[in-house]
Amino acid sequence: MDRIPILKMGPFLLVTVQVDMHDELAMALQEDLTEKIVSSHARAVLIDISALDVVDSFIGRMLGTIASTSRILDAETVVVGMRPAVAITLVELGLSLPGVRTALNVEKGMDLLRASVNGSERAR
Amino acid sequence: MAASNKLPLILERDGPHLLKGWMMELAATNRGRQVNPEVLTEQARELLNALQPAVQQGNLEDIKGPTWARVREILTEISRTQTKQGLSPTEVATLVFSVKRPLFQALEKETGKDPEALAKEIWNATLLLDRLGLFTTEVALKTREEVISRQQTEMLELSTPVVKLWEGILALPLIGTLDSERTQVVMESLLEEIVRSGSNIAIIDITGVPTVDTLVAQHLLKTVAAARLMGAECIISGIRPQIASTIVHLGVNLGDVVTKATLADAFAVALRRADLAVVKSAAARNEQG
Repeated sequence: MDRIPILKMGPFLLVTVQVDMHDELAMALQEDLTEKIVSSHARAVLIDISALDVVDSFIGRMLGTIASTSRILDAETVVVGMRPAVAITLVELGLSLPGVRTALNVEKGMDLLRASVNGSERAR
Repeated sequence: MAASNKLPLILERDGPHLLKGWMMELAATNRGRQVNPEVLTEQARELLNALQPAVQQGNLEDIKGPTWARVREILTEISRTQTKQGLSPTEVATLVFSVKRPLFQALEKETGKDPEALAKEIWNATLLLDRLGLFTTEVALKTREEVISRQQTEMLELSTPVVKLWEGILALPLIGTLDSERTQVVMESLLEEIVRSGSNIAIIDITGVPTVDTLVAQHLLKTVAAARLMGAECIISGIRPQIASTIVHLGVNLGDVVTKATLADAFAVALRRADLAVVKSAAARNEQG
């Protein structure tokens, strides 16, 4: 079965979704990501969905679940590059992903994560 | 067209007399409502002049023909100028219908003691004038429709400008009532612009929104939520005191959306978020120091 690759970059995990997400793929990504966060001691996860044309309620909820799970494992999650049409659809579906941080593109998402990781490090 | 051969004759011979009668009739029926009587008199004279050859050659049944082109042109002109000055279509049509009385009187005089001929003449003249009157009504309505559709397109164009205030800061000044359809357009254009310009912060200014009810508030919140999903923060500004109390009375919860009273306040917040500051120029500082 296809798997979405998870790349490790310093304290961050990078996930770039390049194919149409179907439900099994989303479930698999969630499991893989949870394991990877634990095994790599990642502090933050960046999910790039700029290539996604369609995000249904299942995928939307899954993004929320990933964010909550990661937070329990002490990792920030940021979803980047959501398209306008997708954002409107999710809002119309009533899914405004309250626990998920968002950014316009990968660069801004990395800035955001770096700032928050540095911030929490200093707080320690 | 033997029956109507009196009509062109009268138009040719009694033109000035007809015009005078017509204007008097108009003054009586419209009670001086028509603005600029000189212009109207001039137009009426032109119309009578154009009517004469048209009646002589043309088919009275069909005023769409080429012989009536000049008449239609003048009628259109009359209708347009009068409609623009605020006359209703009925009043515009009355302009044309008012010629009936003087014209019929002239016809009566012309036919003398022959009631059958008179009836025929009047019937023909009535048919013609009715058509002309209806034509002016049509033109008057068309003129109004043109105005309405122009205003509509102008309003839509005006309604959704997304302006860039600074690098990474957008503003969306909303003007006019927000309905579902417009909000959709507004939302889409804002989100597109956020992507295009890579802006982090969008200020939605509702100074020009006359009323905010639950529906409008919900639309605003949806827009804010959609922008947040894409990674941009929204600030709502331009909330007038009455609107603030309306929102509270309605029990609408704006959640954690940043709201500011004026666009200037919102811009200050946006600059702070973007780690920017506005400072006085060196010259001004030196003057003070």
